[in-house]
Amino acid sequence: MAWFEKLVTPPARIATEAVWAVCPACKAYVPREEWNSAWRVCPRCNFHDRLTCRERIELVTDAGSFQELNAHVSFADPLKFEDVSGPYAAKAKATVSKTGLGEAVVTGGAKVDGIPVVLGVMDFRFLGGSLGSGTGDRILLAAEEALRLRQPYIIFSASGGARMHEGIISLMQMARTCAAIARLQEAGIPYLSVLTDPTTGGVSASYAMVGDLNLSEPKALIGFAGRRVIEQTIKQKLPADFQTAEYVLEHGFIDHIVERKAMKRFLASALRYAGQ
Amino acid sequence: MSDIDFNQPLSPWQIVQLARTSGRPLIGDYIQGMCSDFVELHGDRAFGDDRGLIGGFATIGGERVMLIGHQKGKNVEDNIKANFGMANPEGYRKAMRLMKLAEKYHLPVVALVDTPGAYPGLEAEARGQAEAIAKNLTVMATLRTPYVIVVTGEGGSGGALGIAVGDVVLMLQYAVYSVISPEGCASILWRDGKKAPEAAAAMKITADSLLQLGIIDEILAEPPGAAHCDPHTMVQTVKDAVLKHVQALKSLTLDDLTAKRYAKLRRMGSATLA
Repeated sequence: MAWFEKLVTPPARIATEAVWAVCPACKAYVPREEWNSAWRVCPRCNFHDRLTCRERIELVTDAGSFQELNAHVSFADPLKFEDVSGPYAAKAKATVSKTGLGEAVVTGGAKVDGIPVVLGVMDFRFLGGSLGSGTGDRILLAAEEALRLRQPYIIFSASGGARMHEGIISLMQMARTCAAIARLQEAGIPYLSVLTDPTTGGVSASYAMVGDLNLSEPKALIGFAGRRVIEQTIKQKLPADFQTAEYVLEHGFIDHIVERKAMKRFLASALRYAGQ
Repeated sequence: MSDIDFNQPLSPWQIVQLARTSGRPLIGDYIQGMCSDFVELHGDRAFGDDRGLIGGFATIGGERVMLIGHQKGKNVEDNIKANFGMANPEGYRKAMRLMKLAEKYHLPVVALVDTPGAYPGLEAEARGQAEAIAKNLTVMATLRTPYVIVVTGEGGSGGALGIAVGDVVLMLQYAVYSVISPEGCASILWRDGKKAPEAAAAMKITADSLLQLGIIDEILAEPPGAAHCDPHTMVQTVKDAVLKHVQALKSLTLDDLTAKRYAKLRRMGSATLA
């Protein structure tokens, strides 16, 4: 019996969330301490659980180097949108107080293994990482900062796509963010995109897919249209690995799938090639 | 559409019906009615030739341009060939090739938008629908030639935006432009596709709302009873507007043109930079 198989059964009923983490994929019980120190990667099945933006920043930047930019930029409600579950503004406000985040992305300056970069990290907890006008502003302004400082720009995406509550304004964020990225490309400034679980819809169809390098993590969900929509359209079952990072790499749209524990080293190495 | 009373303000849902109605001018009608010459250019040079998104050299009122746009069919057979105006990645890549050719030949681009959306299929995903659209967004943002967009019918989300980033966005009076179809929005946020009329109103997808939000620049009035009642007049209106904007944009230097385009995109739909 391999050591990790013992982890499948919790030792006693006293097992609590504080002591044990349950892998969402294989349901293994993993000591919370071990789960956290492995950056929420399951020691049994290598499932890469979602990280918060703060955890991600800690993972890939040099300790204490992150300086947040444009924290004052928050969500806007241009349509005064209201659906069956109530006003969008109320939902967004509740999300702000629950997560402590002003938007679905946090941006700032940082160092990766001593290399100064501008970094954007999305957080799926904020309305599914959806792309709203505040999200777009932060991503665009960070790109402009990277251009001004002539420093590489790195974005970690995690998003279900457009924020429907901002309607067409949400769609326009795809154009705005790509316009800012295009200016980095013209200026020869490196732009690395890491598509983490999940990166779909309007985010995959904009800044996330146009990196000099497109990177991902094992088994991350990456796609344009939702699985259900595709199944309904083509009336057939989709392959099991459909829209995984591995599938997308095989089809030529991802450069490399990087294990979480190796991500910082990988980025630093790529940036050294980019900085020649 | 005989049940619509044009003496009353139309609801967004009624406008959705008009935008989708058969008999409304399609790209074939615009090519025939406003171009004295059209040479279709085929293929993305990698996979194939998409029939849901077409383009080529066109002469409009003496101006040589690159015309691209979604293609829908007049009947079921043509619509199947055109995939109901839903382009695959090779369509967006063909459009990109034509955009770059337009830049090289100093031709303004005129893009006619009329699509329910980019095709959501297995093959489309495998060939990189997301990447194809994303790449076009970066190309259009910095393209060094004038770029005029006309939303003629349905402006369906990323499938529309994939050819619709430019200097001027014109929109027909009863066209719609949205991030998701009203049916799709309703089935997600209302958990009931039948609430599409409510979703259509909440999303502000009509030309007058989009003008107020600063997403479009000008509304092109439709003839009495809407475009399908008098396609000829509608095509002339579009031709005149396109010509006016192409000629105005041609007077700018390319540096001014691209700087203005970036400034416009920077402001448009911003939470803080208005």
